[in-house]
Amino acid sequence: MVAIIQSQPRAAVRILRFDRVQRAAHWANAALFAVLMATAIALYFGSFFGIVIQRHTIAEIHLWTGVSLPAPIIVSLIGPWGSQMRRDVRRISYWTRDEIRWIKSLGKTPLVADKFNPGQKLNAIFIGATILVMLATGSMLQWFRFFPVPWRTGATFVHDVFAFAVFVAVFGHTVMALTHRDSLRSILKGWVGEGWAAVHASGWLKEQQLTEDSATFESRE
Amino acid sequence: MSLGPESPTPGEPPKRVAIGRRVFIGIAAISALGIAFGADVQSFLGNALGSGLGGLLPGGDRFRIYSITGAYPQISRSDFRLEVSGLVERPMTFTLADLEAMPTTSFVKTFQCVTGWKVPDVHWEGVKLSHILKTVGVKSEAVALSFESYDRADTESLTLDQAQLPDVIVAHRMLGAPVTAEHGGPVRLYVAPMFGYKSLKWLSAIRVVDTVQPGYWEENGYPANGWLDGTTGPTNPDPSLT
Repeated sequence: MVAIIQSQPRAAVRILRFDRVQRAAHWANAALFAVLMATAIALYFGSFFGIVIQRHTIAEIHLWTGVSLPAPIIVSLIGPWGSQMRRDVRRISYWTRDEIRWIKSLGKTPLVADKFNPGQKLNAIFIGATILVMLATGSMLQWFRFFPVPWRTGATFVHDVFAFAVFVAVFGHTVMALTHRDSLRSILKGWVGEGWAAVHASGWLKEQQLTEDSATFESRE
Repeated sequence: MSLGPESPTPGEPPKRVAIGRRVFIGIAAISALGIAFGADVQSFLGNALGSGLGGLLPGGDRFRIYSITGAYPQISRSDFRLEVSGLVERPMTFTLADLEAMPTTSFVKTFQCVTGWKVPDVHWEGVKLSHILKTVGVKSEAVALSFESYDRADTESLTLDQAQLPDVIVAHRMLGAPVTAEHGGPVRLYVAPMFGYKSLKWLSAIRVVDTVQPGYWEENGYPANGWLDGTTGPTNPDPSLT
């Protein structure tokens, strides 16, 4: 066992980082976000700058895209195909003390990196929670009759502020993806090289080597 | 929370903390507070920053321009006509100059949309609807008013009693200037004690009728009587709204 851990990373060896279900869920989720953000800009700034838009049509697209937003995550989590997804959700949710220290020091403390670094984990948690917040406040705006007027005003406020935060988070996420080609490839094609994992996710690599089983290696699929 | 040095037993996974759940609950709590007190935060920010910067902030108090048709009717000041007909003694057609020559009422009121957004301290100027009705002479069998818009889509209704309220005006100035096309200019209705959808934009005609005819938004499920306190009875529930 020790021999395996200490062996040199084999650059040619591919490790599966995201299985097909996760890739499909990610890109379906990204597509829904793209539609929501594009229609949000039209709805928000269209009125701000007085641009005339087919507001009703755009609002309907925004509404139904929003309602279907949880679908990729839910579908990928439930069912027999979702084991890797479920494992990664647990991975993202439960942090070691080292990871907590790492995020509090903004990445200055040493860390044996997991499959995802704490920043990536925080991004995932934020997006997950934000989906629920947007669903809740968006529903209050759409089916407003059931809520007192001050709550409707508050829901508009929260929906707007979180929308702003989503734009910041998605911008950051996109910049990071475009500047980290190996990570980007892993969400496109699924795999990372063992050399990459040794540098960026050594804890995960060790875990992979310890529990090396055929299911985690795409090359053996 | 104390973060002692980590000393994992070899072969045993390090203790983990449910950060995901904590962040999740934290964000949910913040947004619940935002729903409950967002209106107050917003008005505080609006006051602190002024309407310029406050209007740019996400969630700021600002107009969200709605158009049923996806277009703003462009009506020049000289082409504008307001036709008043139906159960009246003297059917009349008013030009913009006619309306501007009438006694002007002005006040500062909040524009409150039924979906929640609002714009405080909007300056309104126009002619009381009651004055226009007095000018044309309403027949005794009249019960309600139907309003039509230059957008050929929006319609609205008010009972004759509602139309007599002192802050129900045919507005030709708004925010200290002539009403712009996006806000429903040259002339729009402003029904101060009710939600914004009652304040029909691009007003083109008023018909005096013998029964309340549901307008566009009422056909789409909004109450005919959209009082700002959320009640939907025919008469003003709260004199302070006016």
